[in-house]
Amino acid sequence: MADKAQDRRKERVDRGIKVRTDGVYAISSIAEISYLLVPRLVLIVGLLALPLILYKLPYWQKVLSIICIYSLLAIGFDFLANFVGLVSLGGGFYIGVGAYAAALLNTKLGLPPILTIPIASFAGAAICTLLFWPCLPLRGVYFAIVSLMFPLLAARVIEALDIFGGTDGILGVDGLPSGWVEQYVLIASVLVIVFGLRRLISEDVGLVFQGVKDNDQAVRASGINITRYKALGVFIASALGCLAGGCLTHIYMWAGISQFALDFSIIPIAATVVGGGGTLIGPVIGCLILVPISELLRDFGTLRIAVYALILCAFIVFKSEGIMPYATRKYQQFERWVTI
Amino acid sequence: MPQQDKNNAPAQPLLRLENVSKRFGGVLALSAMDLEVYPGDILGIIGPNGSGKTTLVNVITGFQRADTGKVHFKGDEITDWTAHRIADQGLTRTFQVMRPYYSLPAFKNLIVPLFSPRARRTGGWRGGGKMGSRDTVAVDILEEIGFERDSYVPYKMASSLPTGYLKRLELARCLALRPEIIICDEVFSGLSMSEMASMVPLMEKLQMEGITLVMVEHRLRELFRLANRVVVLNFGCKIAEGTSEEVMALKEVKEAYFGSEEVFGYV
Repeated sequence: MADKAQDRRKERVDRGIKVRTDGVYAISSIAEISYLLVPRLVLIVGLLALPLILYKLPYWQKVLSIICIYSLLAIGFDFLANFVGLVSLGGGFYIGVGAYAAALLNTKLGLPPILTIPIASFAGAAICTLLFWPCLPLRGVYFAIVSLMFPLLAARVIEALDIFGGTDGILGVDGLPSGWVEQYVLIASVLVIVFGLRRLISEDVGLVFQGVKDNDQAVRASGINITRYKALGVFIASALGCLAGGCLTHIYMWAGISQFALDFSIIPIAATVVGGGGTLIGPVIGCLILVPISELLRDFGTLRIAVYALILCAFIVFKSEGIMPYATRKYQQFERWVTI
Repeated sequence: MPQQDKNNAPAQPLLRLENVSKRFGGVLALSAMDLEVYPGDILGIIGPNGSGKTTLVNVITGFQRADTGKVHFKGDEITDWTAHRIADQGLTRTFQVMRPYYSLPAFKNLIVPLFSPRARRTGGWRGGGKMGSRDTVAVDILEEIGFERDSYVPYKMASSLPTGYLKRLELARCLALRPEIIICDEVFSGLSMSEMASMVPLMEKLQMEGITLVMVEHRLRELFRLANRVVVLNFGCKIAEGTSEEVMALKEVKEAYFGSEEVFGYV
């Protein structure tokens, strides 16, 4: 053998406890129950404790809210891209629609945030789905390009027609009662949505979504309307985005065209790459890493984009699977070198 | 020859094509095609490469639109229906290039058709619509179609299955819909001799269960064991129709497959 590295390869074997916890027998011992529960509890308790830990740092509490807003968008992106097969760059559009809807409901109709946010989520999602409907037959990069057009177009249309306050935006939106409400509403929705969507995709409906992604022609041949399922996927993802936008407008007490910014389209994708696509929790972890880094680098001005780009490149080159799949693998499997 | 005399009585055709044409740019893929499929038929469609067989399947099942002509199925005109609506009415197809969901295990592949409106309507599966029952039905269908239940083949990832099983998975996807017609686009291609030998009785079994089969094929030996009627295409035209013996005796068919002798005469 010429090269020593060629004589051996890495073998991965499932841990015994992983196999034992696959079925209903997981409830047979404390060790196995905790094997399943601890990672989930770390996420749940960790997120719920963060506002308390950051009690003395109000600035970072605000950052936590922003993390949650990006997380909602990133979960939506991950769901659409990895379970429905639509790569959507329309994150900025969802945020903007949600923000304007909540702001209009609040200032024109005088509804309180407890009503504006849910109404804005569903009504906004309906608007987004209707506008995306003609693009649904598109696939892959074509859908991505068209979806990127929406946030750009919306900002220009509002600017040019001078509707909804034009470039000034909508001022005088009510704030949320307190920082605690703001953070816990956002954290609770992130947790509910992550675990809810994970449940959804493991149900039979979720398999249809995955079928649309894997092989849409086979789904059509099975007598299922793929456009309807794609629209449902877009509705779910845009509802998450509009929820985030509704919260954002009440946090800033203002809705403006900067909420159609491309940051809202791009950062969720970066977070999904870092955290690992197809896991739904990965994007949240990605946001927990990327958004604070972006805040820390605020002093460097536009140079932070360069740092961002470096982080992304490093992840794509060295750990293209992302954090979450890597961690899952380490948690569930042994790795050992075997000689061939 | 199975069920040869079934059409002696003037039965109503289940599927009827009238004057169907399809053009791709300068190529006339189908020209003025007429076709009738009767209940209980195994209709073979053969022809050299590029003769329009797959286009015919696509046009019938709504994956491509016919330029002219009409397609009738069970008395409805389905020419302009969408592909999922046609499948919903029980006119299903397999794909020549297999289209499984590679990231799912074989039996989970069948959850998608079992979740379709038609399967839920015609269902009557045991266990009703409760969670987990579709998995059981899926494994049952796979066993019926030749997946060995005890060797865990139904639980393997579709990406790790050999061609023979993927072809069966295509058929299983159609079966999950409880179809009236299955249009099989080359189920024998790419199979080993032994896989083909076990596929023939499977098709006979499907016919016994009352499913009408339209088989687009290149493997003539196996097709002629099954088909009670054969249609030959060449350059988008129907050049012959009849039993396999009748068709293969025709000069035009020999020329389509092997070329005409006159050409050599001029050279």
